[in-house]
Amino acid sequence: MNQRGKISSQTPQLQLHSPAPYHSLVFSISKSHSQTRPLRFSQPPLTLSGSQTLPAAVALPRLSPSPRLASTLGFTLNPRVASPPAPFSWPSMAASDAPNGDVLIRNAFGSVLAFLILLLIGVLAFSIRLFSVIKYESVIHEFDPYFNYRVTQFLTKNGIYDFWNWFDDRTWYPLGRVIGGTVYPGLTLTAGTLYWFLHSLNIPLSVETVCVFTAPIFSAFASWATFLLTKEVKGVGAGLTAAALLAMVPSYISRSVAGSYDNEAVAIFALIFTFYLYIKTLNTGSLFYATLNSLSYFYMVCSWGGYTFIINLIPMHVLLCIVTGRYSSRLYIAYAPLVVLGTLLAALVPVVGFNAVMTSEHFASFLVFIIIHVVALVYYIKGILSPKMFKVALALVVSIGLAVCCAMVAVIIALVASSPTKGWSGRSLSLLDPTYASKYIPIIASVSEHQPPTWPSYFMDINVLAFLIPAGIIACFSPLSDASLFAVLYIVLSVYFSGVMVRLMLVLAPAACILSGIALSQAFDVFTRSIKFQLPSLSDHSHIDARDASSENIVPDDTIKTDKSEDTPKERMTKRSKKKEKEPVEKPPTKFQIKKRLSVLPFEASIIAVILLVLLVAFYVVHCVWAAAEAYSAPSIVLTSHSNDGLHVFDDFREAYAWLSHNTDVDDKVASWWDYGYQTTAMANRTVIVDNNTWNNTHIATVGTAMSSPEKAAWEIFHSLDVKYVLVVFGGLVGYPSDDINKFLWMVRIGGGVFPHIKEPDYLRDGQYRIDSMATPTMLNCLMYKLSYYRFVETDGKAFDRVRRTEIGKKYFKLTHFEEVFTTHHWMVRIYKLKPPKNRIRGKNKKSKSKTSSTTTSKRKGTRRNPF
Amino acid sequence: IDLTSHIIKVYLTLKVENLGTSPASEVHLAFSPAEAEHLAIVKAAATSGKRKKKTYIPLDVKSAELPDGPNGTKFFTVTLLTPLNKGETATLEVLYILTHSLEPFPVEITQSESQLVYFRDSAILLSPYHVKEQTTFIKTPSTRVESFTVVDPAKRAGTELKYGPYEDQPPYSYSPVLVHFENNNPFAVVEELEREIEISHWGNVQVTERYRLVHAGARHKGAFSRVEYQTRPDATGVSSFKHLLAKLPPRVHSVYYRDEIGNVSTSNLRTDYRKSELEFQPRYPLFGGWKSTFVIGYGLPLQDFLFESPDGRRYLNFTFGCPLTQTVVDKLILKVVLPEGSKDPTAVIPFQVDQHLEIKYSYLDVIGRTVVVLEKSNVVPEHNVPFQVYYTFNPIFMLAEPLMLSIAIFLFFVASVSYLHADLSIRK
Repeated sequence: MNQRGKISSQTPQLQLHSPAPYHSLVFSISKSHSQTRPLRFSQPPLTLSGSQTLPAAVALPRLSPSPRLASTLGFTLNPRVASPPAPFSWPSMAASDAPNGDVLIRNAFGSVLAFLILLLIGVLAFSIRLFSVIKYESVIHEFDPYFNYRVTQFLTKNGIYDFWNWFDDRTWYPLGRVIGGTVYPGLTLTAGTLYWFLHSLNIPLSVETVCVFTAPIFSAFASWATFLLTKEVKGVGAGLTAAALLAMVPSYISRSVAGSYDNEAVAIFALIFTFYLYIKTLNTGSLFYATLNSLSYFYMVCSWGGYTFIINLIPMHVLLCIVTGRYSSRLYIAYAPLVVLGTLLAALVPVVGFNAVMTSEHFASFLVFIIIHVVALVYYIKGILSPKMFKVALALVVSIGLAVCCAMVAVIIALVASSPTKGWSGRSLSLLDPTYASKYIPIIASVSEHQPPTWPSYFMDINVLAFLIPAGIIACFSPLSDASLFAVLYIVLSVYFSGVMVRLMLVLAPAACILSGIALSQAFDVFTRSIKFQLPSLSDHSHIDARDASSENIVPDDTIKTDKSEDTPKERMTKRSKKKEKEPVEKPPTKFQIKKRLSVLPFEASIIAVILLVLLVAFYVVHCVWAAAEAYSAPSIVLTSHSNDGLHVFDDFREAYAWLSHNTDVDDKVASWWDYGYQTTAMANRTVIVDNNTWNNTHIATVGTAMSSPEKAAWEIFHSLDVKYVLVVFGGLVGYPSDDINKFLWMVRIGGGVFPHIKEPDYLRDGQYRIDSMATPTMLNCLMYKLSYYRFVETDGKAFDRVRRTEIGKKYFKLTHFEEVFTTHHWMVRIYKLKPPKNRIRGKNKKSKSKTSSTTTSKRKGTRRNPF
Repeated sequence: IDLTSHIIKVYLTLKVENLGTSPASEVHLAFSPAEAEHLAIVKAAATSGKRKKKTYIPLDVKSAELPDGPNGTKFFTVTLLTPLNKGETATLEVLYILTHSLEPFPVEITQSESQLVYFRDSAILLSPYHVKEQTTFIKTPSTRVESFTVVDPAKRAGTELKYGPYEDQPPYSYSPVLVHFENNNPFAVVEELEREIEISHWGNVQVTERYRLVHAGARHKGAFSRVEYQTRPDATGVSSFKHLLAKLPPRVHSVYYRDEIGNVSTSNLRTDYRKSELEFQPRYPLFGGWKSTFVIGYGLPLQDFLFESPDGRRYLNFTFGCPLTQTVVDKLILKVVLPEGSKDPTAVIPFQVDQHLEIKYSYLDVIGRTVVVLEKSNVVPEHNVPFQVYYTFNPIFMLAEPLMLSIAIFLFFVASVSYLHADLSIRK
């Protein structure tokens, strides 16, 4: 079945559900101009040949590529149209062919231009993310990417089957972790495939290089997917604008700079592409796209836990469509295969498995699945029965449907009620109830990216888009289609979610870009059209002159462009997108033309508005470049600081990891707070006790307890875990604020959550966390304090902590159970070794125990001890 | 005997006289098995002229087997320029270098201790010949010598120990001595160095050097205290080292220094027109027994190293050995990656190495590149001599990859054009 058939077959349906006749036409045009084009061109010659008696002057303007010319014909005679002297049919045919060819060329030119712009947007999206490589180096960033990198290394080395069966004994000692069954494999498989592909071409890039550049490549894909999605919603112009906006939206850059090798890098592309295919299916009603949609959804499920956003958003949209009377068979085709195929495919991913049908996150989709079937049945019966019969049948169907629904709801409720967290995962619950995590799961609340964002972070991350979104929503309502309804729903939901967790700002970014793209392109469309209608020179010149004028029209903006040289690609984009906007405009019937002409704004106001819009966009571009270059490109394992005598590089983390990897035994266990688990396994290749995959709260609490216990007790805990080295991060010497002392309260909280003898108030003096002389004795005797500040006083004689801006409370002390084996150049990482157990320690042991119990108020009266 | 670094240099000045009847063209040098095991290089030169105008003529040195050597003594043969007739004398300068011959004692030291080592040798030169008169001088790096075996006459003055003169020693006489002295020089040993020299006829020689470095001195014991290391740099960690110096060829460009987890940011490159020096620090100071791995890579202009020989073949002229100063390389693997399509590689090296060929696939290779692999163990800075690799290469192969790419892109466009113009639908 070819495209032409599809479109023509759907048009009646459209008219059925949207009462305004011109609306449906506009909709089908704006949906996809490239597909309707063959249809469009076949029409005019037909009308001409059918009515050859028509004067050429009347027939021609309708074919004329410029709708403005057609409308201006009312006042003046178009010289070119007037010039053909022959009244007979043949020349008029020839004359009609000429502009027709012109349209063809122009459309070809337009799509080539759009293609080139998209290419440039891709290049822009890729290259704006390379600041980190240029300013720092080609290196994996932060924490989670190191795990993904390690998994990718394993995958490329051992192959896919070993990957699925990989039991990692380097982490969560002594429990281990089944990597193949607990990771979202999308990212690693993508990078692995990329790696294999390159190596099959004998391009010997290292795994690291491939991993570093995966995220920028996929951001280019994501901006193309945004183009496709927005094109489906509001046409090519909006699509190009949205793609350009997404290519450099800071929120997305923060997660996808080169080196930020995390799930989100790939998942955002998958998310947008899935939405695109859904809208595409909705617009075309093609099962082909519906199948692609399920596959894309499968890829999304592979990539990121955020797929639940899709499987909740799409049902919501479907429900909304049904409720607002927009049900159509296209909606059914878009939704039903997605649920069936998508759920089946999702269940194939080991980490999801039966969660795809068992957890509450997915129930909404099943519920809507039932509803849409009921609705479909109702529509079907309505179609085959007479109205009278229908009323009878309706009662029947509704009662049966209700019964089935009730049964299903009962089953669902029973399932939900049977699970302790009501079938919701902790993170999802904290989305629905923002206070949930801080009340019950400190481990989720302790992660900074799970905090609610502040207002400045909105401005930082989406910048002017925040102001354009409302305009975009309004633009979506005129006229409202299924697709634009989806865009509105998407933005509303993602704004809510981003308000709960700062991390989900990432989901908001594409929605913000799409709506801002629509808003910008519509605004440019209105303003430039107003300018064109009122340019006096335009009205009495030929078509070619009009084009020149339109390019002249751009010239003033070009001068603005030169002022801010870095803005040029972006502005050119919007200008061109505006040009592209003409195409849908040229198509509508004259009635619509006249209607459009009536909505003309004053000339001066339009010019000013265009300039202001360009300035706004320029500001956005400047901000994005700044954010990409300064704010989001730091790899966080290498820190730099600028001072009077140049650049200082703090490479302490890698110094410590390299030391561990070369100078300790390969099977030694290293204990640290879980933040550094992934990096230790990936960079130092040593076994860790806990890592950033916080799946076992008790285990983390054990480490937290050890860190908050006095030395002796901590030694016992660590020794029971077979730990040989303890790693702490200490920023007091150079003023690195996110060190372990600052995270220490979370260790106490998480430890205390499982082992009640650790009590948070013991570490606080009058509710204040302090490490100076006013600190509590429990605090000053805990392991974390001692390991951080051991011999710190000898550096400056005063032991002044530059992070806490105070002198520490206890300066001179000795370590009895640990010895310092390595401290990095700037003291940021300190590694201690557990002293071997002494012989005949029993007598001493008791003594020291009684001593510690006298000094510390917190006692292990609690029955729960460390389980190992 | 120069003991100032961990590379022991032994200079022998031999005055040989032919007491036999037939002319002798060879002189044998004897080494004990322990020495032979650690022997890196033996060089000999004939000297002539007086003190100021000494001229050195390098002589051929070959490993040899003598039937009557006791206890597995190994021999080297020096071929003289002109055979010595009866009664004639000649003066020979022999230099041999021993590695891994200083034994740290105590085996483990703490951060604040300095490193003491044993050196074992014989006070009397081991020789298959009758030795008329012999004196041994041992130069130590500092005046601190804990003990030394006294073989009369022996005396110590400053940093020098003098054994001898001993007179009229029979062949194969041996008198073991043990010197226990302080040596805080960095015992930098590269356990394995892989140098890859990739020739591109587009104008670049890319060198990649993968090091596995270890501090082979006395093992570090107990704690490492950064505060002591930083506040009292003279008193602590004297045997440790944190700087290394690599001498690179001039006109070096795009130098990088990294390890498997990323760039190492502590390096400094100085270039002038005669040489380039790369001073760099490993990620952490190396104490005894600590290890580190890193990669140094750099590009060089092709015209400095690639020449055309008169017979039309091309040859690469490059320096063998390790660019790091004062280091011993236990195992050096040198790979010369010739451009794709080159044939008949032969390597010319002034000493014995293991050679074999490999195939390497690099950017868009189809038939692969020939790699000449040279392997040598126990390499010292004296091995930094030029070597040549000859091969034939047809310049047309340079165009293979660009052509391949352009054809691929062309085919892609042809495919797109034909796809756009073909109507594949079943129903018309």
